[in-house]
Amino acid sequence: MPRIVLNGQEREIPREMSVMELLDEIGVKFREVGLAVAINDEVVPKSEYERRKVKEGDRVEVVQLVGGG
Amino acid sequence: MQDWEKLLQDDYLEIAGRRFRSRLIIGSGKFKDFQQTKEVLEASGAEIITVAVRRVNITDPTKENLLDYIDPNKYLILPNTAGCYTAEEAIKTAMMAREATGINWVKLEVIGDKKTLLPDMEETYKAAKVLVKEGFVVLPYIFDDPVFAKKFEDIGCAAVMPLAAPIGSGLGLQNPYNLIFIKEAVSVPVIVDAGIGSATDIPPVMELGIDGILTNTALAEAKDPIKMAVAMKYATIAGRLAYLAGRMPKRTYAVPSSPTQGVPFKN
Repeated sequence: MPRIVLNGQEREIPREMSVMELLDEIGVKFREVGLAVAINDEVVPKSEYERRKVKEGDRVEVVQLVGGG
Repeated sequence: MQDWEKLLQDDYLEIAGRRFRSRLIIGSGKFKDFQQTKEVLEASGAEIITVAVRRVNITDPTKENLLDYIDPNKYLILPNTAGCYTAEEAIKTAMMAREATGINWVKLEVIGDKKTLLPDMEETYKAAKVLVKEGFVVLPYIFDDPVFAKKFEDIGCAAVMPLAAPIGSGLGLQNPYNLIFIKEAVSVPVIVDAGIGSATDIPPVMELGIDGILTNTALAEAKDPIKMAVAMKYATIAGRLAYLAGRMPKRTYAVPSSPTQGVPFKN
């Protein structure tokens, strides 16, 4: 099973999967506004969530917009 | 239309070609819940609300989201880079913010010191340069330094956001002269970003000709944030109108307001 670093924490995922599948796997709802994903420090545009694969060793950041000044 | 609306109908805060009626910008941090954030935003009359970019909590991905309460078609959702201590972190965060918001505006914050949360101007400047080149509308949080403010304008920042006092301090306007000098030095909007403690801190800043106010903690930590939001709305309007009206000169000694001639019972 591929090991990735997700938001700074090591984690195993069942298989190589698309960004969209990963969001589903970790229970994060897709939203056009309010969500962003980066793989290995590069932002993945939402239009590529179905195609772009998360692979062994990837560092994935999943962020949202929260309250802030 | 109310009296003040007529007087201010041609008066806009214009940033990067986008016009805003309200000169008050609010931050969305530290409120009791998203419902309160929404109510404060509506009460304040603000059209811009700042947000932060943070990792989704994977162990408990919260179902509620700020964006379920604030309509991005109605308000400009302005992401910040709060928590960044280097230009590199801020640039990466801004890129994520652009993807998350769908707009290319960023309130650039690069902090230099944990205790005072004062900006690291060197890193802020480096990040601003890169982000402007990347096509961002950059609004940097800066020290109240007129010389540096001009440099940020020169590299293409859409506004400058000097502090009135440290973030979250609530100390109000500490150095009016530097803000006056900044206003003289740049032609982009000057928005005071930090240090407001109450609605009453706003008019003295606006009266200097400052273009806008950003406040968060003073709302979130008010006993009644909704009342404070309304107070701030009118404080911003009062300050703007006072600036446009033009104040009288300050004098050391008194000048009578009633006629000095014809006072009764005088010989």
